[in-house]
Amino acid sequence: MDDTRRSFLKIAGLSMLGFGAKPVVDAVAGTGDPKFEKDSKAFNGKRWAMVVDQQKCLKAKEGCKDCVTACNSAHNIPEFNNPKDEIKWIWQTSFEHAFPGQENPYLDEYIKKSLKGLPFMVLCNHCDNPPCVRVCPVQATFRRPDGIVVMDYHRCIGCRFCMAACPYGARNLNWRDPRPFIKKENPEYPTRTRGVVEKCNFCSELLAVGKMPACVDACKDKALVFGDLEDPNSEVRELLRSRPTIQRKPQLGTRPQIYYIL
Amino acid sequence: MLEKALRGNKSYFAWIGFLLILVGMGFGFYLRQLGFGLGITGMSRDVSWGLYIGQFTFLVGVAASAVMLVLPYYLHNYKVFGKITILGEFLAVAAVTMCLSFIVVDLGRPDRAFNVLLYPTPNSVLFWDMVVLNGYLFLNIFVGWTVLESEAKSVPPPKWIKPFIYLSIPWAVSIHTVTAFLYAGLPGRGFWLSAIMAPRFLGSAFAAGPALLILICLFLRKYTKFDAGWEAIQSLAKIVTYAMIISVFFVLCELFTVFYSQIPEHMYHFLYLFVGLHGHSGLVPWMWASTVLAAIALIIMINPKTRNSPGTLAIGCAAVFFSLWIEKGITLVITGYIPSPLETITEYHATLPEIGIVIGVWALGFLIMSVLYKVALSVKAESA
Repeated sequence: MDDTRRSFLKIAGLSMLGFGAKPVVDAVAGTGDPKFEKDSKAFNGKRWAMVVDQQKCLKAKEGCKDCVTACNSAHNIPEFNNPKDEIKWIWQTSFEHAFPGQENPYLDEYIKKSLKGLPFMVLCNHCDNPPCVRVCPVQATFRRPDGIVVMDYHRCIGCRFCMAACPYGARNLNWRDPRPFIKKENPEYPTRTRGVVEKCNFCSELLAVGKMPACVDACKDKALVFGDLEDPNSEVRELLRSRPTIQRKPQLGTRPQIYYIL
Repeated sequence: MLEKALRGNKSYFAWIGFLLILVGMGFGFYLRQLGFGLGITGMSRDVSWGLYIGQFTFLVGVAASAVMLVLPYYLHNYKVFGKITILGEFLAVAAVTMCLSFIVVDLGRPDRAFNVLLYPTPNSVLFWDMVVLNGYLFLNIFVGWTVLESEAKSVPPPKWIKPFIYLSIPWAVSIHTVTAFLYAGLPGRGFWLSAIMAPRFLGSAFAAGPALLILICLFLRKYTKFDAGWEAIQSLAKIVTYAMIISVFFVLCELFTVFYSQIPEHMYHFLYLFVGLHGHSGLVPWMWASTVLAAIALIIMINPKTRNSPGTLAIGCAAVFFSLWIEKGITLVITGYIPSPLETITEYHATLPEIGIVIGVWALGFLIMSVLYKVALSVKAESA
């Protein structure tokens, strides 16, 4: 009797071990991707990117924040009015904060004179080689084949390793329940719970139904240009061909995909 | 054997009761954090890791230091450590438990902690940290308990335990190396982006852990019947001395590279830490306290006279421990975020609930350590 119980427990233990090993095996020898049908109107970009034409962003000095407001209401971003809990996907900052180390007094003069001392628009760079994706222990943030770096709010454990890894300060944690602080809820996009990380998603939910990103759509001066880098006839490619552009911290090897025209 | 922890004198139970109260208090604060979110702490969008991850980092070092007893005793047959090796192993158990607790209290969604197992991600250093920490916890409980059980039965430890003991030696190095890699591989954080991070972690670990053990041994010698032996304490003291010298040397190497190269994104952090930056100097007093303590520690520990006398040795070890606790438990993590990648400065101030939770987790660690030590010392007293 004792002998059979012993061998039963042994086999039971080994089978439990087998179940435990399954996710590991899956990780090494992955199964196929799930299939789903796309919206017929969806944009099918191969490599999405954005050009920020600062020369056109002329109303920012007069307090224009159309792109920020559009993003906030499209994505149910809460307003806490304190920097500690703050959540921002796209925001304005000065040149020396957007491009630290690249400032010099003469460039400062240029920005003051020719660009009217504009604030610069900063957001997630949707890097080709994103450090945040590399460090995430649960693959809650990942890079899609079309280059967009997205978040799975339902998988994120809130460890904030990605926030340490992002060299652009683009990531936010929901330090507290955001829902009471959402001004007007947009039912087209999920709200988040406290304790998960979020950031700009290039409006992947709008691209999927054939709409441009909310910030791009909101800018009346067409300072934000969004498009497919793999398409040689796209507007972004035309701008990159014809105008000199810079990126934020390209030396870090992240290959950021937001380009700036000064 | 665990029943031995249930017998003791009044002061033992008073100590256990005291620790239980602190654990309960910490748990109360943790419930509040669960209800409100991590916004209850001093952490922010810019400084997104704080005291919790700092304590975690420091305690990984304390845990790793058990190898400083295991290696001489089992690999070099250094008999003097025979009596206290178990203390090192059980200290490691308590320290790793604190580490894991600090990770859990730091999670935004602790209810999803097991996602790390459900979606194993070999390219994430955090995944490997989870693997090595849990492995190390298992190894130390397993080895410590098996060896102690043999001692209780007055038989030599079983032969099959040897491979586990040998495995625990490189494993100890791995826990602190992997923990250093959490920081040392991030492109945008100049303060952490240094190849010497892992050696530095090991250097400070092998000073802080044994220093704590010496303090414990001196305490046990004075207030209980357990004497670790003066020779063992002296050997440990030499280990602490060398490790502290190496640790300080590594920090100086760091300072040379940063200030001679003058690369701003590396230098600003050190400026903030030592003299303040753009009028912000929240960590300056801490850093100088750590520096002064390190100097005192080196003077006491290098001088054989002061190292050989129990009174000054205790002061020296306390100086080592607190100097490194500040360096790794507070400044190392927070300074990495100041200035931010956009070169703005947001300072960090721990809140009351946050400190309460920190104290609670430390009390939990001391509770585990006290219970395990009680068992170990009772077994040793009976078999002597």
